[in-house]
Amino acid sequence: MRFEYTIEAGNFSKAGDASSSFKKILKQLNVDPHIIKRIVVSLYEGEVNIVAHAKGGKVICDVDTSRVTIQLIDVGPGIPDIAKAMQAGYSTASAKVREMGFGAGMGLQNIKNNADELIIKSEVGVGTQLTIIVNLNKA
Amino acid sequence: MQVKDIITTLNLTVFGGSQGLAHEITGGYTSDLLSDVMGHAENGKIWITLQTHKNVIAIASLKDLAAVILIKGLEPDADMLAQAEEEGIPVLGTTDQAFETTGKLFNLLVR
Repeated sequence: MRFEYTIEAGNFSKAGDASSSFKKILKQLNVDPHIIKRIVVSLYEGEVNIVAHAKGGKVICDVDTSRVTIQLIDVGPGIPDIAKAMQAGYSTASAKVREMGFGAGMGLQNIKNNADELIIKSEVGVGTQLTIIVNLNKA
Repeated sequence: MQVKDIITTLNLTVFGGSQGLAHEITGGYTSDLLSDVMGHAENGKIWITLQTHKNVIAIASLKDLAAVILIKGLEPDADMLAQAEEEGIPVLGTTDQAFETTGKLFNLLVR
């Protein structure tokens, strides 16, 4: 099953809408609540990253019997140094975004801690693609 | 203990989301960094914060938190309140600071 959501750049009042909607679907599919939490944390952080940093993008969530695969695809500006972006506490967020309590350099760490797999591809001037995989079978 | 049980003792204002007043409280989490709460607060916790915007409710709802307490006499933004009503997450208020609020809640839950 595939579910797609559009993410608007800079629109914090809609940040979390995709996560909220996908959470309801996962509940209906009777996914284990602990696994839902991990998926939702990862998706939310990815969503907020697009709102805060990108010029817009989309989320594609694929659910099959063994795992959930989330692709967060934005249209730029891209991440010049992925290793640096992955460092806890490193952030390029604006002052306005930080005042809201975002931009503490914890988002990608939260994704890494909750996903079974995280793949980041980015090209400056083109965009960033995050692939997040969470297995549905309990280890 | 349920959210409604702490309102009188902590002298809290109920701004909205009162459908959630029967939520069971498992503890508290005090933070103003949204990703910190997203990453570390567990379900049933009461979130003590000075953030008054709508994204607080998005996180509280996604993490199944019991309620939000706004400190220092702060009031929720209109869209935060609307979202709280929709999601059934109680938004409570106190004139105390984070330190006092956290201490009082801790004492109530531990004793």
